[in-house]
Amino acid sequence: MSMVLNEEQRLLKDTIDDFLSTNAPTDQLRRLRDTHDDKGYSIILWNQLTELGVPSILMPKEFGGFGFGFKGLGAVMQSMGRNLTASPLFSTVVLGASAIELGGTASQQQALLPTIAAGQLTLALAIDETHHHQPINTAVRLKERNGQLTITGEKVFVLDGHSADKLVVVVRSSGNPGDTKGLSLVLVDSNAAGLQTNRIQYMDGRNAANIIFNNVRVKQDQVIGELGGAHTIVQHVLDRGVIAISAEMLGGCQEVFDRTLQYLREREQFGVKIGTFQALQHRAAQMFCQLERSKSAVLSALSSLDKNSPDISLQASLAKTLINDCYQHVSNEAIQMHGGMGITDELDIGLFLKRARVSLQILGDSDYHKNRYAQLMGY
Amino acid sequence: METTEQFRLDIRNWLIANCPESQRQPIIKDQQIWAGRRRTFYCEDAKLWFERMRDQGWTAPSWPTQYGGGGMSLEQAKILDQEMKALGCRPALYDIGLWMFGPALLEYGTEEQKQEHIPKIVRGEIRWAQGYSEPSAGSDLASLKTRAEDKGNHFIVNGTKMWTTQGDKSDWIFCLVRTDHQAPKQQGISFLLIDMATEGVDARPMELINGDHEFCQTFFDDVKVPKNNLVGNINEGWSVAKALLKYERNMMSIMSSIVEKEEGDIIAIAKRYVGLDSNGKLSNNGLRAQLSEHLMRAQGDALSALRLYQQHKSGVIDGGLGLTMKYLSTSEQQHKDELLLAIMGNRGLSWHDQTFSISEKKTVKNWAYNKAHTIAGGTSEIQLNIIANKALQLPV
Repeated sequence: MSMVLNEEQRLLKDTIDDFLSTNAPTDQLRRLRDTHDDKGYSIILWNQLTELGVPSILMPKEFGGFGFGFKGLGAVMQSMGRNLTASPLFSTVVLGASAIELGGTASQQQALLPTIAAGQLTLALAIDETHHHQPINTAVRLKERNGQLTITGEKVFVLDGHSADKLVVVVRSSGNPGDTKGLSLVLVDSNAAGLQTNRIQYMDGRNAANIIFNNVRVKQDQVIGELGGAHTIVQHVLDRGVIAISAEMLGGCQEVFDRTLQYLREREQFGVKIGTFQALQHRAAQMFCQLERSKSAVLSALSSLDKNSPDISLQASLAKTLINDCYQHVSNEAIQMHGGMGITDELDIGLFLKRARVSLQILGDSDYHKNRYAQLMGY
Repeated sequence: METTEQFRLDIRNWLIANCPESQRQPIIKDQQIWAGRRRTFYCEDAKLWFERMRDQGWTAPSWPTQYGGGGMSLEQAKILDQEMKALGCRPALYDIGLWMFGPALLEYGTEEQKQEHIPKIVRGEIRWAQGYSEPSAGSDLASLKTRAEDKGNHFIVNGTKMWTTQGDKSDWIFCLVRTDHQAPKQQGISFLLIDMATEGVDARPMELINGDHEFCQTFFDDVKVPKNNLVGNINEGWSVAKALLKYERNMMSIMSSIVEKEEGDIIAIAKRYVGLDSNGKLSNNGLRAQLSEHLMRAQGDALSALRLYQQHKSGVIDGGLGLTMKYLSTSEQQHKDELLLAIMGNRGLSWHDQTFSISEKKTVKNWAYNKAHTIAGGTSEIQLNIIANKALQLPV
């Protein structure tokens, strides 16, 4: 399957680009940030996106979805990255709904997926337990006593965990941290008894939460997939997440690069446009090369999800590593090339710099993915 | 009219009947049959195969039969190429004249020039060299100084050409020479053919940093060249050279397909030289990370090549992608060479000593030779200039 968008996907991309640049420009993120908005995203915008069908892009047609596939999702994520759009799309649809779609029973799917497609239910994936992403090391226990399941422990940096209606929690029902066996997925209401949520506001306007589980009771029908056998589902959910966040980063990286090029074409010093300086031209050209290479990896990874290729995990780690390093480099150069104005909050360039750093950590930094790539390649 | 399928079948049968088994093995550099007065064959089979192909005109299958070519349509020539590849037949003849100069001469030469040169190229009798770069004209090729003075019925040529590939083994050279010193740089240049056996031509091999001698510096000292060796009009050589560029790209793709395959892949080499720990990981964490970084960048480039192909196929071309490829792939090759040396440690430090294996020596020689990749065919810096101006539209 091609990395080039087809007619239908191109139409979707144009629609979303138009809509977001009009209705959700970077100003909106500033407003949410400066007012410390409770949710961290605009519920009005989320409703509008729902009307456009955005939460249904991935969802199978039988659950009210459009089945646009991951290349369609990738186009939307890129557009959100360009506009720094705040929305629960990633946590709810890419991570949460995928867990239910891939691991849930028919009745769980029937109960939850249409509600998500209608924009009436938000989810968050509670997975990390330390400040570095290391999913296999999950230690938080799902205990069983007299047929009653309970969770005790703490999940940290749960993306959108402060505002989600329900949490998809990765827990250990057997084995030890590091084992692939013994992982389970459970669905917990965010207002369940024994659950304490502390909101975290990242520097880029994204939100997360540290969540303490104190003997939180779980019923059998809240378990997603097989008890102790959730590793494959978790892997697949994470691969989808890694690839989708890479697409968002690609959009952001392209935007901050384009803005920098525009500045090089306009800004004058010593009586000439600074874009005439070869020292800057070569750095810009090198960034372009790195960006095109990363773009190929991200587009190919999205396409591998649509094809359900056997090498999705490899492609996910490839895409995330290349775009991590690219976004980090390009956002640094963007600041430098904007000179003094680049370090003011008046310009948006700093917003992209901060967004890049937070995104870098989401579902694994480059060291994590290089190590995973090496393992998958067998060295 | 023969059908395409019948044509393909006939070609296949002919190849099966005429290509000796030994000429269906992957090609080795030392066994390539290069054209020229000093042509040699390493074995009888190679000679037989060359002569059979030559007699069919299939060394240049799509050239007109009146000049000794195969007279095939482009589509038929493609079928021959596909069938040869499918059977693993080696190319019967190697020559820059065949790939690059001949097609340009067929397009721009006079009838007399075609009659004189094309049949000899088809028959592999003459080996051609290219005379473009000079000691003080590299990236800035149009500043070339080798001059040809008009002496009535001939030119007198004086000057020096650099990077003449196998110049000491070549017979004729096509050169860019200055014929008008007053005109702006690119408008005073002509395209001239010179027999290297002429008195005053001297091709001296240059030793490269890897010990090889595949390039020459060629000197022209009062060399007398007949007027009818001029291709195109006087002072219009630059446009002939530009036209030749499109054939150079063809040649690059032929050349890259005949490069010898490397000794095993880099992962296997790393495992062998670095070793694995009890968890099956490379014992050196730093090298392990560097290996991932290289493989990922290389894979990204491979995916870019695929994306470019898909863009061309679907007609949705987004401009700059193609311009990034030369810069990225040549620098990545050099990263890989450096990593190979790091992986091999002290075993990657010589091509002289008995201590080192053939593949170790080859790896080190390639490391040194591949420094040329970011220089030849447009330096990396020129590539970045082009990207900045063409793809990014930064002001000049």
